[in-house]
Amino acid sequence: MTLRKNLGALGGLGGAFALFTILLWVSKGYSFADPGNLETILRQTSIVAIAALGMTVVIIAGGIDLSVGATIALTTVVVAACMQAGVPPLVGGLCGIATAVVCGALNGLLVTQLRVVPFIVTLGTMLVVRGVAKGLAHDQKIDAPPSWLNGVLARLSPDHAWLLVPPGVWLLGLCALLVGGVLGYTRLGRHIFAVGSNEQAARLCGIAVGRVKVAVYVLGGFFAGLAGVLQFSRLTVGDPTGATGLELNIIAAVVIGGGSLSGGEGSVTGCLIGALIMQVIQSGCSQMGWPNWVQEIVTGAIIVVAVTLDRLRYRRAT
Amino acid sequence: MPPRLEMRGVCKSFGATPALGGVDLVVQAGQVHALLGQNGAGKSTLMKILSGAIRPDAGQLRLDGQPYSPRNPLQARRLGVAMIYQELSLAPHLTVAQNIFLGMEPTRHGLVRTDDLNQRARQALVELNQSAIRPEAIVSTLSPAAQQVVEIARAAAVGCRVLVLDEPTSSLSRTDAEALFSLIARLRQQGQSIVYITHFIEEAKRIADRFTVLRDGVSVGTGDASDVEIAQIVELMVGRRMEELFPRSPRSPGEVLLDVSKLSGTHRPHDASFTLHRGEVLGIAGLVGAGRTELLRALAGLDPIASGQVRLGVHTGPAAPTARWKQGLALVSENRKDEGLALGLSIADNLTLSRLPRIVRPAQRRAEVAAWLRKLDVRCEGSDQPVGELSGGNQQKVAIARLLYHGVDVLLLDEPTRGIDVASKAQIYRLIDDLVTKDQPPKAVIVVSSYLPELLGVCDRIAVMCRGQLGPARPVDGLDEQILLAEAAKGNAAAA
Repeated sequence: MTLRKNLGALGGLGGAFALFTILLWVSKGYSFADPGNLETILRQTSIVAIAALGMTVVIIAGGIDLSVGATIALTTVVVAACMQAGVPPLVGGLCGIATAVVCGALNGLLVTQLRVVPFIVTLGTMLVVRGVAKGLAHDQKIDAPPSWLNGVLARLSPDHAWLLVPPGVWLLGLCALLVGGVLGYTRLGRHIFAVGSNEQAARLCGIAVGRVKVAVYVLGGFFAGLAGVLQFSRLTVGDPTGATGLELNIIAAVVIGGGSLSGGEGSVTGCLIGALIMQVIQSGCSQMGWPNWVQEIVTGAIIVVAVTLDRLRYRRAT
Repeated sequence: MPPRLEMRGVCKSFGATPALGGVDLVVQAGQVHALLGQNGAGKSTLMKILSGAIRPDAGQLRLDGQPYSPRNPLQARRLGVAMIYQELSLAPHLTVAQNIFLGMEPTRHGLVRTDDLNQRARQALVELNQSAIRPEAIVSTLSPAAQQVVEIARAAAVGCRVLVLDEPTSSLSRTDAEALFSLIARLRQQGQSIVYITHFIEEAKRIADRFTVLRDGVSVGTGDASDVEIAQIVELMVGRRMEELFPRSPRSPGEVLLDVSKLSGTHRPHDASFTLHRGEVLGIAGLVGAGRTELLRALAGLDPIASGQVRLGVHTGPAAPTARWKQGLALVSENRKDEGLALGLSIADNLTLSRLPRIVRPAQRRAEVAAWLRKLDVRCEGSDQPVGELSGGNQQKVAIARLLYHGVDVLLLDEPTRGIDVASKAQIYRLIDDLVTKDQPPKAVIVVSSYLPELLGVCDRIAVMCRGQLGPARPVDGLDEQILLAEAAKGNAAAA
C-alpha cells in the first residue's frame, strides 16, 4: 500500500536521476550512476534524511518543528565542547543527543501546556536554541580532537569496503526501519496518525493526545540529535551557526514524500525518497557545474510541483 | 406566465449511489413552497444543484421560463437564486452593513463609502421590517436569529428571485421562529419565491402555500399545504408504517448501570439527575442547544463537570475519557466528520482506536475488524479502506462498531441517525434493539435525538431537556410528539 502511495515520488526520483545521468554522460562523459557517486549521494543525504524521519513523525501528528536546524547546530556544539573537555567520543555523542531530546521535550511541553500552535512555539525555540548554541560556543566554532566519530559518515577506506556504505548510512537505514515499524505496527504509531488526522476524534476515543504530542516532539528532537552527531562527524567542529535553514530542507523532504502539513499523512519511505530527490538535484547541478542559484530554483520548483501532483492524484482518487 | 422555478426529472448519482432519482418541483412567484423529507431523502443534494455547487446528471431546470444551469454558487446568486444554510456564511468580524454588501460595496475612487454603505443597509433592513438591527453592529455580537436576518437581507439586497431556506428554525427559539415566519410572509408579499426545506410538518403546513415530499431521492407527493393531513405527509415521508421501522423486542431492564445526580457542567446541563438500567434505552429529547450534547460529553469525560455525582457501575466521580472507556462507557458523537471519525484513516484504525494492542498485528486485526463489519453490515471494500470514502450510514456503523469492539456497557448515542439513509437508519434501530435485548449481558443505551418519532420508536423512557434542565424520564407509553415538543419549547416561551 505504501509503495503504491509513493509511486509518484519514486517516479520523480527516477526521473531526476535519469535526467542527470544523461546530461552528465552527454556533456562530461562520465556516469552519474557510478558506485562512488552513489555512495557520495547517500552520504550527503543521511543528515537531512535522519532528521526528516523525526520530522515525518511530527508532521503526521499534525505538528511542525522549525527548531531542528538550530537543534542540529546546538548538538554539534555540545559534542565538540564535550570532546574538547576530554570526554570520550561515544559519551560526547550521547550528550549531544540528550541535549536535542531536551529541546524536543521543551517543544512538546510548550505546545501542549501553552496551547500555542506548533509553528509559533518552534519558531520561538528555533531562536532560543540557536542563541544557546552561540552562547555556549562564545560565538565561535569549537574545534574537537579527531576521533573515530569523524569516520562515521566519511568515504569508506578500502579495508572497510565490506561495509558497502559508511556506518552513518547504515544508521539511517536502521532508524528508518525502526520509525517505519513504530508508525505502522505499534499503538503509539497509530495514535500518532489518529491525533494528526482528527485530534477531536482521538480525544473522544480516550487517547491521551497531550502525551502523544510530547512523544512526537521528543522523537523529533532525538533524530535531530542523531543528525547533529552526523553533521559533527562530517565537519569535525561544533558550529553554532551551521545548519541554518536546514529545517526547511528537512520539511521539504517530508512534504515531497507525501506528508501533509495538516496531519494524518506521511510515510518513512516517502521522506527518504524526498530527501534523495533533493540530494540528487543538488549533486547533479553541482556536477554539471551549474551555479548554486540554479540548484535553488530547481529545488524550489520541485517542491511545488511534487506537492501539486500529489494533490491532483489524491483528488482524482476520491 | 411560466413558473418562477421549475425542475423536471432531476437525477444525480454519486458513484454507484443514486442520490436523486427523478425530482419534480414547481414554484410560482410569490409562493412559499415547503420541501419535506427525512434526512437522506435528497434535500441537500437538490439544494446543491439549485445553488450550482453540483451539476445534475439529467433533468431540466428553468427560472422564469429560461433554462437555468448555474456553473457555480456565485453564478446562481447572480441569476437570483440565494441559499440560506443552517450554518450561516457571514464574516463574523465585519459589520452588518459590510456583510450585506460584501463583494459589491459602493465605492468612490476605490475607497468604500461607509456612510452610503450603512445607509443602504439600513434601508434594506427597514424593507424587511428589521430596523432593530443596526448596520454598524459587528455580526458576531448579534444573536443567531439576527444573524439569520442579516443573511436574508443580503440575499434580498442582491435582488434574488428564489430564496432557499434550509431548516431555518432548527436553532431558533419559538419567538424568533415567529419573527422569521412574519419575515417570510413579507418576502412573499414582495413577490419572492421561497423554497422552505424542513422536516417539521406543522411548520410547513403553517407557512407554506404548496408542499413537495422527497423520499429516497424521488418526489413522491405534492399539493396544497392547507388541505393535507399531517398523517398523510408522514406516510409520504416515511414510505411505510412506523412499526416496521422501529423493531421492539420485549425489554426487561436489570440493575442500575449509570446513576447521575445533580450533574452540572460549566454552562450546561444544570442539576441533571437520572438513572439508566441494564437492558434499556433512555431517550433525551429537546431543542438544539438545550444542553443534551453537553450532558453526554460531561458523562464521557470530554467536558468538565462543575458539580454533581456520576456513578457508573462500581466507579464514582469524574473521569477522563480514557478512564471512561475502561469503565465501560463511551460516546458516539453527533458530529461524525469533525469529532467522530478520523476520515483519512482506515476503517480498521478507526474501529480499533480505543483499544489498540501495544504491537499491532495487521492480519489478526483485519480478521477481527472484518467480523464486526459483517455483523453490522458495513458496505466497504475492506478494513483498509479510508473511512472517509464510505457513505454516511456506513460511517456511522463504524463509529458505533468502535464501542462494540471495545466492549463498553453504556453507549451514549448523540443523533445516531443524522444525515444517513433510511435503510441504514432501520439497521441502526434494529442494532439498538438487539443491544439491549439479545446481547449477553444486555447493554444500556442513551439516545439523544431531535427527531421525535425516532425517540418514541426506540426508547423505553424519555426525558426532555430544556435550557439545560433535564425533566423526569417517563415511560414512552403515554408520550407523543406533541407532549415532547411542548415541553422542549416550554422554557423558550417562558424565557421570552
